[in-house]
Amino acid sequence: MKISRKQVEHVAHLARLTLTEEELERMTGQLDNILSYIDKLDELDTSRITPTSHVFSVCNAFRSDTVQESLPRNEALRNAPKQDGEMFQVPRII
Amino acid sequence: MEPFELTITEACAQMEEGNLTAIVLTESCLARIEEVEKDVHAFITIDRDGALQQAEKADKKRKEGVAGKLCGIPLSIKDLLATKGLKTTCGSRILENYIPPYDATVVSKVRDEGAVILGKATMDEFAMGSTSETCAFGVPRNPWKKGYVAGGSSGGSAAAVASYECFASLGSDTGGSIRQPASLCGIVGMKPTYGRVSRYGLTAFASSLDQVGPLCRTVADCALMMKVISGFDPLDSTSVKHAVPDYSSFLTHGLAGVRIGVPREYFTAGLDPEVESIVRNSIAVLKERGAEIIEVTLPHTEYCVAVYYLIAPSEASSNLARYDGVHYGYRDMGADTLLDMYKGTRSKGFGPEVKRRILIGTYALSSGYYDAYYKKASQVRTLIRNDFQKALESCDVIVSPVTPTPAWRMGENTDDPLSVYLSDILTLSANLAGVPGMSVPGGFTEAGLPIGVQFQGRHFQEEMLLKVGFNLEQGLQLGKRVLDL
Repeated sequence: MKISRKQVEHVAHLARLTLTEEELERMTGQLDNILSYIDKLDELDTSRITPTSHVFSVCNAFRSDTVQESLPRNEALRNAPKQDGEMFQVPRII
Repeated sequence: MEPFELTITEACAQMEEGNLTAIVLTESCLARIEEVEKDVHAFITIDRDGALQQAEKADKKRKEGVAGKLCGIPLSIKDLLATKGLKTTCGSRILENYIPPYDATVVSKVRDEGAVILGKATMDEFAMGSTSETCAFGVPRNPWKKGYVAGGSSGGSAAAVASYECFASLGSDTGGSIRQPASLCGIVGMKPTYGRVSRYGLTAFASSLDQVGPLCRTVADCALMMKVISGFDPLDSTSVKHAVPDYSSFLTHGLAGVRIGVPREYFTAGLDPEVESIVRNSIAVLKERGAEIIEVTLPHTEYCVAVYYLIAPSEASSNLARYDGVHYGYRDMGADTLLDMYKGTRSKGFGPEVKRRILIGTYALSSGYYDAYYKKASQVRTLIRNDFQKALESCDVIVSPVTPTPAWRMGENTDDPLSVYLSDILTLSANLAGVPGMSVPGGFTEAGLPIGVQFQGRHFQEEMLLKVGFNLEQGLQLGKRVLDL
């Protein structure tokens, strides 16, 4: 087994997902299958290969520090599931 | 002939001559949608009133003599590109009611040229899928055959263009999501070089692989759309400052001096014999037109599925962390604590394929596994990129199939994600290497399903793909066929 049910449960928590018993069972099998396939990469010796995280070497993209129009507050709040006209509202944190 | 059957170039010419108006054109597409949409299901949202208003504006502009390149042309937009004031769901329950307060750069660009936006196209949830079956709001079907998939993830875009509901569509391609549905639906689709087109307003899936591109019915239309959407955008720091050529000027007959490489790794066991014969026939047509055909090698092709299905989910797990129910989208209102709200929102809002990829990505990036998975995949990505660089030193364009098989039946393989992932093997490399890729219709199977031919080229040489694609299209003359609608 590449991944256990317990590991899937832990990863789900890290990803802020709750899985039902049935989902957990199915996902564990599927993830195990996928990760076993991915082991194919071990056939290659990559010890001297530089990783590519981006196809072009991106330099810092600077722009001049000028004031620009920003999204008006009412626009920014329009899609919020819960808001009071001034702020986003969420369940109690502390 | 109905107005919706024209190409963009033809419709523009007719409007310019005064024989056609944007209103007539738009009404023609809306009537076509009315006629076939219940069957094709290519749209999540249809903006009838908005489209007619835009058409009216387009007609006015043309009268004033300030018609843009797409003035009055009805388009659809994949539902993961932000459209100001028009619902943008990404095919997901979690964004079911999301109305963007801004336009994606590519949407602004087509609007600036006078395009009429008819609505938003169905797609796999967050572009994760190869059949559009993971969409939360209905699944598009292949206009060529009842019961067959349109492909994905830009399946709605491809189905809408192929069934004449719109003239062209803007889609996105992270691992084949424009080229594959274009191939399966018998139309032209292009994934530009990474950085050629702005990603601002494109909902991020895998940021180092995502690219916006057009789906069209002809190569000439594709060249025109590419001219409109390409170019540097200060709002996307990964877009590249590279001059945008007049792509249409490269669509000339004859391929003398063009070297076309055939990668032997793309023609192996598992390739459907009908697909192979259509692609081989297309290669013969290109040869007849003057191209030199040589064999090339892309030795790491067999690893691209493993690399992609680590890198894309890893980036996705990070990008999709933003859907937490706080600022926009669905929220689980029953939760009492913040943690329960996050978990409830994401568990109820995301579908199974999205959850699966978030889990793979989170696992691959988690403490203790990063080196074995993400880093390893990024190293093999270098080898794949080097393969392309080397192959494209000896040829101008690489020709291959787009998919190993024709479109398959809806509902197949839904319980076996790995087998669906493996069907992407011929399109993933272009995204990993950042090179441009294109699908052009090559023919039809005995069963009447279209098969596309893929062209891949050097960074920022889309014009070469368009030139070769144009010659294939002109050489084959597939003509109009009757859809299964």
